[in-house]
Amino acid sequence: MTGKLDLDPVLVRRARVLARQVGRPIVKLARQHTTVSVERATLRLAGLSGADPDGTPWVNRLADAVRADVGLEHGLALPVWDALVRGEGEDLLVLAQKAAAGSVRFRLPDGRDATRAQAAARRQVGAGIRRIDAQRKARERLIRTMGDAPSQPWIYLIVATGDIYEDIPQAQAAARAGADVIAVIRSTGQSLLDYVPEGATREGFAGTYATQENFRLMRAALDETSRELGRYVRLTNYASGLCMPEIAALAGLERLDMMLNDSMYGILFRDINPIRTFVDQRFSRQVHARAGIVINTGEDNYLTTADAVEAAHTVTTSQLLNEFFAKEAGLADWQLGLGHAFEIDPDVPSSLRLELAHALLARELFPKAPLKWMPPTKHMTGDVFRGYLLDGFFNLVGALTGQGILLVGMMTEAVVTPWLSDRDLALQNVRYVLHAAGDLQADFRPLPGSFIPARAQQVLGESIDLLERILEHDRGLLDAIADGTFGLMRRPPDGGRGLDGVFRKAPAYVNPATDLLEGTA
Amino acid sequence: MSLLRPYGDTTGDGMVQVSFTLPMAHSKVAEGAAAQLAEKMGIQPALVVHAKPMGPDFTFFVVYGPVRHLVDPSLVEVVERDYPLLTAKEVNARVKSTLRRRLVVVGACIGTDAHTVGIDAILNIKGFAGEKGLEYYRELKVVNLGAQVSVPDLVGHAIEEKADAVLVSQVVTQRDAHLLNTREMSAAFREAFPPARRPVLIVGGPRFDESMAAELGVDRVFARGTTPVDVASFLVHRLEKRAS
Repeated sequence: MTGKLDLDPVLVRRARVLARQVGRPIVKLARQHTTVSVERATLRLAGLSGADPDGTPWVNRLADAVRADVGLEHGLALPVWDALVRGEGEDLLVLAQKAAAGSVRFRLPDGRDATRAQAAARRQVGAGIRRIDAQRKARERLIRTMGDAPSQPWIYLIVATGDIYEDIPQAQAAARAGADVIAVIRSTGQSLLDYVPEGATREGFAGTYATQENFRLMRAALDETSRELGRYVRLTNYASGLCMPEIAALAGLERLDMMLNDSMYGILFRDINPIRTFVDQRFSRQVHARAGIVINTGEDNYLTTADAVEAAHTVTTSQLLNEFFAKEAGLADWQLGLGHAFEIDPDVPSSLRLELAHALLARELFPKAPLKWMPPTKHMTGDVFRGYLLDGFFNLVGALTGQGILLVGMMTEAVVTPWLSDRDLALQNVRYVLHAAGDLQADFRPLPGSFIPARAQQVLGESIDLLERILEHDRGLLDAIADGTFGLMRRPPDGGRGLDGVFRKAPAYVNPATDLLEGTA
Repeated sequence: MSLLRPYGDTTGDGMVQVSFTLPMAHSKVAEGAAAQLAEKMGIQPALVVHAKPMGPDFTFFVVYGPVRHLVDPSLVEVVERDYPLLTAKEVNARVKSTLRRRLVVVGACIGTDAHTVGIDAILNIKGFAGEKGLEYYRELKVVNLGAQVSVPDLVGHAIEEKADAVLVSQVVTQRDAHLLNTREMSAAFREAFPPARRPVLIVGGPRFDESMAAELGVDRVFARGTTPVDVASFLVHRLEKRAS
């Protein structure tokens, strides 16, 4: 498969070296800080769940109480487990309830008290990590015994009714109709909530809330359908927004299989503070690495907000950065569903050749990653017939360039949320193209020096230029994000949502989850 | 204009094509049911040209046939919006030529309302219904203050940012909170600004009645289904009017 584009290996290496240079200071920054959500995720791993009568999760109540008494720069583990060791509550739930009522004072233990608190925290958080390990093994066992998706690309379908009890039969129907992966779209606005809603939810805006109970219900339903179909159907949700670390932890605990997880999406498209995002990102990716979850990155968004030809190199740049951050956090190549999309204006001459060039570039730059191939949305007009043809060409490019995950395009994109018949027609389109193309990718090899390799090399070159421009900034990527280098969005490091939940770690900072995930414990 | 019928390949043939799904297994009866539905829609004779089972409980149909209804364009009533809908490019160009600087939009959910869904759908670059939000417009400077912003804070930010427009979203309607909050907000702006300098005030939310603008003291009310381009086009229209 490699070598169809005559990419210069020196340039490819240069691109990766630059991505590492851009990424390294960000990793350093991420290691120096913690966030409320990282700390709450630690409590979730230790088994604290549920919410008070107003729906505020106990992890939030406990974290807020500790924060008010001693701050969060030392982490939650020491003050929380110190209180438990002191007998302030028989377990985390009681402690959280008492903390919410204001009847516990937290302190920062030192000496032997600190050692005891730390050991107790390690034990309890360790149990959560072991549950994630067990879920990973369970997934591997289920795939072994019931079978995997029959072929690649995996066919990825979305459900989004807002009501988990409506989502379930829709997801099961989609799986029966041929979906290998089911994604449950989240409610609009969840990314900006600084808490994870609790329980089974029946109303959302254009999507269903990501909650632990919704995760559990959907996974159980898909397990049942997987058994019926004799192939393991994967479940996807979103580890993004202000609660990304907690949602990643819940995904690991409830055996979700893939998670949307992009290093910069929240900053650029949701105006979440850059530092908050990078800290939360790193933790969530460490959890995904441990849980055997495949991440899907969000490069498609660059193309829906900018011109897909002019901005092609921003996709490549973002993929390189996502790859660096992912590997640094412990993810393996097979877990990198790097994103890209078929979003070139169909009126542009040779748009299909350009799409092929871009898709093949991603394939060859990341030969072992299961690329996530996203369908046209921007140029879907409501002319469903033209949209159906466009989706056919999208599927063809996917088949010709060996994509790993194919998000099924809907001809009714931008018209309605997909109807049953829209999904069925869309799946017929995918099946026809993949079946008709067969192993065409084995025969497909653009002539050396022709349009497609030339365009791919140009995009790679532009992406190297962009990485170099980022490095020219005093504070590298942070400044580049601040001055609008990515798209049109200027996001300064002291702006955006969630900054008040970021803490610089004190020297005595302790977080057993991070220690266990990094293998330093 | 005279009465019209749909056109297939001959004037007056009335041909239409519809597709739909019935929640029943595919069978001859199902095809008959599809024809029956089409006939009730005025298609006669209904030609069921395609029927495909989708799982055990549903069947998809494509039906062709002549529709017996006539349409009379002279009886069509349209509610015209009082400003033209622009593209993002046009919005940018016209802001540039009218203001010679970026247009500043300050947005917030006021009162206790924590539902930023509406304001984010309009402001965030991610947008709504496949349309990019106002942040996407190069010539608009968007300051999204988020949820639970007090009215004095909102006025303060509007002054500080030299806002040309203030967008307020209200989702919660318990005890008419959305109406009370909006009146409080518009009163505060009238107090803080001389009429000519006051930012354009826009309020939006799923339960507002678009005809209430005057009563609420705002320049425009947007209801359910409003997309960013509606708001951007209105802003341009209003500012051009002000400048002229």
